[in-house]
Amino acid sequence: MKKTSKILVSLLIVAVASVFAYEQYTHSQKSIIVLATTTSTYDSRLLDYLMPMFQEKYNVEVHIISVGTGQAIEIAKRGDADLVLVHSRQLELEFVNSTYGIHRVGVMYNDFIIIGPTNDPAGISGLANATEAFRRIVEAGAEGIAIFISRADKSGTNMLELSIWKRLGTTPSSKTQTWYLEANAGMGTVLRMANEKGAYTITDRATWLSFKNQLTNLKVLVEGDVILLNPYAIILVNPEKHPQRNFKGALKLAKWMISEEGQNLIASFKKEGETLFKPIARDFNKAHELGFPEQEEEIAWYDAQNP
Amino acid sequence: MIESTFWDEICNITMLSLRVSGTAVLIGALIGVPIGTVLGFRQFKGKQALTRFVDIMLKSVINTFMGLPPVVVGLVVYLLFTASGPFGWLGLLYTPTAMIITQLIMVVPIIVGVTMSAVGSVEKSIREKALSLGATEAQAAWLVLREARMGVLTSIIVAFGAAISEVGGIMITGGNIRWWTRTLTTAIVVETELGNFTMALTLGAILLSIAFGINLALTIVQLKGARR
Repeated sequence: MKKTSKILVSLLIVAVASVFAYEQYTHSQKSIIVLATTTSTYDSRLLDYLMPMFQEKYNVEVHIISVGTGQAIEIAKRGDADLVLVHSRQLELEFVNSTYGIHRVGVMYNDFIIIGPTNDPAGISGLANATEAFRRIVEAGAEGIAIFISRADKSGTNMLELSIWKRLGTTPSSKTQTWYLEANAGMGTVLRMANEKGAYTITDRATWLSFKNQLTNLKVLVEGDVILLNPYAIILVNPEKHPQRNFKGALKLAKWMISEEGQNLIASFKKEGETLFKPIARDFNKAHELGFPEQEEEIAWYDAQNP
Repeated sequence: MIESTFWDEICNITMLSLRVSGTAVLIGALIGVPIGTVLGFRQFKGKQALTRFVDIMLKSVINTFMGLPPVVVGLVVYLLFTASGPFGWLGLLYTPTAMIITQLIMVVPIIVGVTMSAVGSVEKSIREKALSLGATEAQAAWLVLREARMGVLTSIIVAFGAAISEVGGIMITGGNIRWWTRTLTTAIVVETELGNFTMALTLGAILLSIAFGINLALTIVQLKGARR
């Protein structure tokens, strides 16, 4: 047994060591950055379109964690990501104010839309006011003729949805309202659920356009309200808080996304002939309007960096 | 038309699944079989109240851990390896290594538990005969382990089956990153969410074939065991 256990122990050590060595080897081959981002940028395939071009040009490998905005920021705060690409002003500002995130810069925007069953039992079709649409959904829900599915995952979409309920002075919950379903799921899953159940929900336009073909029971009912605009920001993880992170790599990616080249590529990404994300990094007026008051300063800062 | 990247990706995903679960089970066996053997032997020893109590507690704990929910393991490993956690400095979160560690924690109790009962069920007389014929304790142990080898093999196959079909734990610790930490199970989750049912079903078929292969191997092992 002594001999056997010696062999076993040495085998074990060799096995563990080789796994670690393999890991180290693949890590050392390339600079790697971890981008924590929302499901909308991933599910719409925008990042699958952009990242290969970036990786080719800079020889930096981008690992994408696609979760809700809340979770993406949480991951970055812990130091498990190098930068975030997210869409919730409130959570973004909290992230920056906590000094874990630095140099928040507007990258692009699209808009949210309220979608629902084609027969529209709440009668919201064509409304220009999202808050009014939500009020009618509450009423129809109380009558038992409408269902609303919430992401309920602290994503940017969910945060916006909650802010609209707040305007109405209510906070619906699955616990007390049978018409309100908290899915705790990504946008794609929620759209699919809404399609199956003939329910209302709120979605970003990019994900909607990517999935539209498969969602035959749903249509766009409310769009164009200014509160439905959906700006995306890049925020770097503060290297003073997490010095082990790849700050240089993150800076390279951020710089590229807001460069002329990156912005043009974002503008050229289309589904069914429609542009999914409109660039705003260098359109300062639009950026101010969408909640980036320091856009010029931040762009100037990024332009001055040379990672 | 299915492009070649479709098969490239499927290949990448399948290989990663096999690599992660295979490594976890290999290391798990190296740890679990010796522990299981030692614990199985305890049953031959004295029957004082205290040792019996310890035995019962040990067995219950191991049996509980055999059914450890993968998501809970994932959560714990996540908290250990996150950059702000105790092992954050290793930089292992969202890597295949983190996934291997997650599955390792899952499979060790399975291997220990099944090995333990296999060793424990070997005829008591074998060990006593060996000892009476002048074998040392170690030699007798080796003999019993050889007798129990079918059970040990079963434990390894069962562990591999559990590991390869696990999704909750590696989703949390691997992050499901395309071309890097996306396995058969986590890819099925994503592809279903994205509505890529061709991809999801293909991956499902591969996973099912692997599961079938495992069960086939298990059945053959058991039949062999029964014939002896």
